[in-house]
Amino acid sequence: MARRVSPARICVSTAAAWLVGFAIFFPILWMVLASFKTELEAFSTPPSFLFFHWTLENYATVQQRSDYLQHAFNSVVVAGGSTLIAMLIAIPAAWSMAFAPSKRTKDTLLWMLSTKMMPPVGVLVPIYLLYRTFGLLDTLGGLVLVLCLGNLPIVVWMLFTYFKEIPKDILEAARMDGATVGRELIYVLTPMAVPGIASTLLLNVILAWNEAFWTLNLSSSEAAPLTVFIASYSSPEGLFWARLSAASTLAIAPILVLGWFSQRQLVRGLTFGAVK
Amino acid sequence: MTAETRALGRLLLGPAVALLFVWMIVPLAMTIYFSTLHYNLLNPGMEQFVGLENYIYFLTDPAFLASLYNTLVLVGSVLVLTIVLGTLIALLLDQVVVGRSIVRLMVIAPFFVMPTVSALVWKNLLMHPVSGLFAWIATSLGLTPIDWFANAPLVAIILIVAWQWLPFATLILLTALQSLDEEQREAAEMDGAGPFSSFLYVTLPHLARPITVVILIETIFLLTVFAEIFVTTGGGPGLATTNIAFLIYAQALIQYDVGSASAGGMVAVVIANIVAFFLVRIVGRNLEA
Repeated sequence: MARRVSPARICVSTAAAWLVGFAIFFPILWMVLASFKTELEAFSTPPSFLFFHWTLENYATVQQRSDYLQHAFNSVVVAGGSTLIAMLIAIPAAWSMAFAPSKRTKDTLLWMLSTKMMPPVGVLVPIYLLYRTFGLLDTLGGLVLVLCLGNLPIVVWMLFTYFKEIPKDILEAARMDGATVGRELIYVLTPMAVPGIASTLLLNVILAWNEAFWTLNLSSSEAAPLTVFIASYSSPEGLFWARLSAASTLAIAPILVLGWFSQRQLVRGLTFGAVK
Repeated sequence: MTAETRALGRLLLGPAVALLFVWMIVPLAMTIYFSTLHYNLLNPGMEQFVGLENYIYFLTDPAFLASLYNTLVLVGSVLVLTIVLGTLIALLLDQVVVGRSIVRLMVIAPFFVMPTVSALVWKNLLMHPVSGLFAWIATSLGLTPIDWFANAPLVAIILIVAWQWLPFATLILLTALQSLDEEQREAAEMDGAGPFSSFLYVTLPHLARPITVVILIETIFLLTVFAEIFVTTGGGPGLATTNIAFLIYAQALIQYDVGSASAGGMVAVVIANIVAFFLVRIVGRNLEA
C-alpha cells in the first residue's frame, strides 16, 4: 500500500525536486541557448536569457570553418566500431561463462574487472610509443583498437550479468520438446538475450563517445573525434562562445538522447552488477 | 557437464581472455622496463639502465608531492560533494514528486556530456570572471566576482568534476533507495521513529553498500581525471591543478622523459590497485549471492 501523503507535502517536494533538477541541468540549457546567440550577445553582461536575436548562424559557421561533420563521422566510427568489435569478442565469452561456468569463472571475471582498474596513464608511454612505431597515431583504426580493449571488461561483465539471469530450465524444457541446439539458440535464447545485448551496446557507445583520455593523447587532426575537436576551442585566441556552444550542443545531443534511454542500464553496467 | 561443453566454453572464452591478457601485460611490462632506463625521446639511442633512479627522481620531485596532494584533494572533495548531495537528491526524488521522470532526466544529463564540453562550458560560459553567468550573479548581489581559474583553480576543477559525477551517485543511491522495503520504513515509523532516526537507523544502513560502491568506482575514475585539466588550466597556474595523471602526461608527451614518466605510471598503477583491491572484493562477494 502506498503511503498517504498530504497534498502540501507533495507540493513542497515537487517544487524542491524541480528546482534541484533545473539547477543541475542549467549549464546544459545555458549552453544550448548560447548556441543560438550572436557572439556579441553570448558575451554580453547582463546576459540575455530568452529575449535575444535567435540565429542559426553558429551552426553553419562550425561546419564551414572546421568541418564538423568529419569529426562527427570519426566519433561515430570510433564509438560504433570499438563497441561492435568488443561485442563480437565479448558475447561468446560472457555466454560461455554464464551457461557453462567452471571453477575458474569467478576468478576470470574478477581478473577482467581488475584490468579495467588499471589507470590508462600507467600505460600511456608504451601505448604512445607502440602507436608511433606502427604508424597508428592519429588513425581511426588505432582509436578503435584502444577503446575496444579498454571497454572490453565492462562489455563482458554487463553481458554476463544479463545472460546469467536467463533461466537455464528453459533450455531443458526446449530440449525435452525435441529442439536441436541450433533451434534452441535461435528461438529460445536469442530473444531472451537481445535486451541485454542492446543495453550493453548502448552504454558502451556512450562511454566510447565521451572517452577523452586516449582520444586526446593519440589523435590530433585526421582521426580526431568530437572530444578532441571541442578541445581545440580551448585556445584563448580562438575562443568564440557561441560557436563553442553550437559545436558542443551538436556533439552531446545524440548521446544525451541515447543516455536518457539507457539510464537504468547505466547503474547496472557501471557498478558491475553490484547495484541493480 | 560433458568434456565437449567444457572445451567449447574455453574456445568461446579464449579470445577475450587472450586479448585482455596481452592488453594488460605487454604495456605494463614495457612501462616497468622503461622505468628502469634513462630514456628521453629527444636523445634517441642514448638509453641506459639506471635501476631505481627514475623512481627516486619521480618520488622526490616536489612536483610529485604537489600533484599527489592535488589528486587527494580533488578525489576527496568530489567524493564528499557527490555523495552528500547525491544522497540528499536521491532522498528528495524518492518522495512523491509530480513529474519525477522528467526531473530524473534533468538530474542525470550531466553524466552524458563529454568531459571536454563540460569543462569548456563551465570555464567560459559560467566561470568567466567578467562575462560568465556566475560573475553576473555575484555582481547583481553586490559581491565581487571570483576569478575562478586565477584564484581558486583547483576549486573550479573540483566543481566541474563534481557536476559530472553527481548524477552517477544520485542515480545509484536512488536505485538503492527504491529497493528499500516500504514496510521496513513503515514499521520503523510505527515504532515511533521520527523521520530523522528512521533515516539514521533504517535508510542509512541500507545505503551503506551502494555508497561504498560509489566511492570505489568514482575513486577509480577520479584518480585519472585528465581532460578537464587538459582543456582548462593545463595543470597551472604553476602546479596548482596538476594531478598525478597530468604530471605523468606532461613528463611523457611534453618533456619526452620516458623513464620518469614510466616510473610515475607505475606509481599510479600501485595507487589504483590499492583501491581496486577493495572494489574487487565487494563485487566478488556479490557474485556468490
